[in-house]
Amino acid sequence: MRRWTPSFLRIYVALMCVWLLAPIVIVVILAFSGDGYLHFPPSSLSLRWFDRFFGDLQWQHALLSSLIIGSIACIVSTVIGFFAAYAFLRAEFRGKKLLLSLMLTPIIVPSIITAIAMYYLAVRLGLVGSYLWIGLCHAVIAMPIVLLILLAALHAVDPNLERAALGLGSSRLRVFWKIVLPIALPGIMSAMLFAFLASFDELLIALFLSGVYAQTLPVRIWNSLNLQVEPTIAAVSAFLIAVTAVILAVDGILRHRRGERRRRAAA
Amino acid sequence: MTSTAAALRAAPLAASRAPRDRTLLLMLPALAMLVLMFFVPMLLFFVRTFMEFSGTTAAFVAQARELLLSQPYLTALGTTNWIALIVTLTVLLIGYPIAYYLTTATGPSVSIVVLSIVLPYFTSIIVRTFSWMVLLGTHGLVNDTLRAAGLIREPLPLMYNRLGVLIGMSYVLLPYMVLTLFAAMRGIDRSLLRAAEGLGASGFYAFRRVYFPLSLHGVLSGALIVYILAIGYFITPALMGGQHDIMVAMLIDRELEVAVDWPSAALMSLSLLLVTLVLYAVYYRVTDIRRLIGAR
Repeated sequence: MRRWTPSFLRIYVALMCVWLLAPIVIVVILAFSGDGYLHFPPSSLSLRWFDRFFGDLQWQHALLSSLIIGSIACIVSTVIGFFAAYAFLRAEFRGKKLLLSLMLTPIIVPSIITAIAMYYLAVRLGLVGSYLWIGLCHAVIAMPIVLLILLAALHAVDPNLERAALGLGSSRLRVFWKIVLPIALPGIMSAMLFAFLASFDELLIALFLSGVYAQTLPVRIWNSLNLQVEPTIAAVSAFLIAVTAVILAVDGILRHRRGERRRRAAA
Repeated sequence: MTSTAAALRAAPLAASRAPRDRTLLLMLPALAMLVLMFFVPMLLFFVRTFMEFSGTTAAFVAQARELLLSQPYLTALGTTNWIALIVTLTVLLIGYPIAYYLTTATGPSVSIVVLSIVLPYFTSIIVRTFSWMVLLGTHGLVNDTLRAAGLIREPLPLMYNRLGVLIGMSYVLLPYMVLTLFAAMRGIDRSLLRAAEGLGASGFYAFRRVYFPLSLHGVLSGALIVYILAIGYFITPALMGGQHDIMVAMLIDRELEVAVDWPSAALMSLSLLLVTLVLYAVYYRVTDIRRLIGAR
C-alpha cells in the first residue's frame, strides 16, 4: 500500500519534534550546569544545583509535601474513579453520556476558578494548609483522568467472564476480587500513575490552599520565579521531568502488557 | 462457541436485574466527591459572595453592569479572546501536519514523534513555562544565538510581551490539538484516498477533496478544546506576558490578591465559567467526550 508522506512533511515533523523537545532537553542540561547563573550552554557541568535542591530544608519540605499530597490524591481518585468507571460500563441507565460529561467538567473549568472556589470553602472550614484537604482537592482534579483511563482499560474485561462466574455460583464480591480486579490491574496502575502526576504537577489549587506550611514543588517554583530566577529551579524542573518520564515509561510497559494479554485472550 | 456466548449472555440477564441496579451505587462515591468538593464550593463561592453584597438588587445589578462594562474588564476580555483565537489557529496549523503524519507513518519514527508530544504534554505547566523563559529571555538561548550569528545587535524582546504569551501558550496547548486531531484522523478510511487516486486524482487533490473534508470534524473538536483551555489560562500569561497582556483569569486573580474584591472576582469568574460551559456544551455535541484528554 502506497502512503502519501512527502519528504517535506517528514522534515517538517522532525523540526517540530525538535521544537517540542528542545525546552525540556535544555532545562535538563541547565540543571547540570556548573555556572552560578542560568546560561546556555553551560561552561562546566556539576551536580551543585541538585545538591542545593536536595540539601535545602525548604526544598526538601516542598518535595515531601508534594509526595504526601500526590499519594493521597492518587489513592483516593483511583479507588473512587475505578468504582465509577465500573458502574459506567456495567450498569445500564439513561443519560450516561451526559453524566460522564458532567464528571469530566473539572478538566475544562478554568483552574483559577476551581482554585478560588476551593480556597473559599477551605478558609471557612479552616483547612488551608492541610495536606489531607489539598490531597482531596487534587483527587477531584485527578478523578476525571482516572475515569477516562479506566473506561478504556475496563472495556477489555469481557462481561461474559463475570456472567460465567456468577452463573457458577460465585458471589458478586468474589467476582470483583478474582476476575475484574486482576484483569484491570495494569489499567488501574496506569490510572494511579497519572493521578499522582496530575497532583504532583498541579500549581494553582496548591498555590491557593497551601498556606505557608504545605507548599508543594510547583508552588515553590512559582514563588521563586516571581522573585528571582535561580538555577536551583532548573534542577527541580529536571527532577519533575524525570518523574514524568519514568511514569510514561512504566505506563508504556503496562500498556504493552495489556496488549499482550488481550492478544493471548484472543488466541 | 457462539452459542455458548449467546447462552451466557441470555441466561443471567433476568437474574441480574437487581444486581445491575446495585452496580449503579458504585458511582456514588465519585459523584459525592465531585458534588461536595467541586460543585458545592463553586456554588457557595458565587452565591455567598453575591449575598455579602449589601444594598438593593438594583444597586447590585448596576454595580455588576459597571464592572462588566469597565475598561479593564473589556480590555482583558478582548485580549483573552484575541490570544485564544491566535493560539488556536497557530496550534491548528502546526498540529494538523503532525497528526496527519502520525496516521500515515510507520516504524520507530512514530514512537519518537509520539514521545515528543506526550513528554511535554505530561510535564508540569510551570516547568514548561520556565523552560521558555530561559530560552526567550534577553540573555536567553535564542537571543544569544542570533547575536552570535551576527543577525541582530540588540536582543529581541521575545518575552514579557504578547509574543512571549503566544509562544508559551501554543507550546503548552499543541499536544491537545495533535491528540484530538489524531483520534479523529485515525477513523478516516484511507481506502477512499486510494480510490480517488485510482480514479486519476493527484495525491494532493485527493487529500484536499477527500481527506481534508473528512478531518474537519476533528479540527472543530481540537479548536474547541484548545479555545476552551486558552480563555481560562493563567500560569503562562502571568509569567510570560507584559502589562498589556492581562487575560481574564489574571484579572480575577488580581481582584483577589491585590484589591481583595470578592464580588468583582466572583462576577468575572461567573462570566468566564459560563462562556467555558457553553463552549463545552458545543464540544459535547460535536465530539466523543471520552476523547477529552486525547485518544487511548
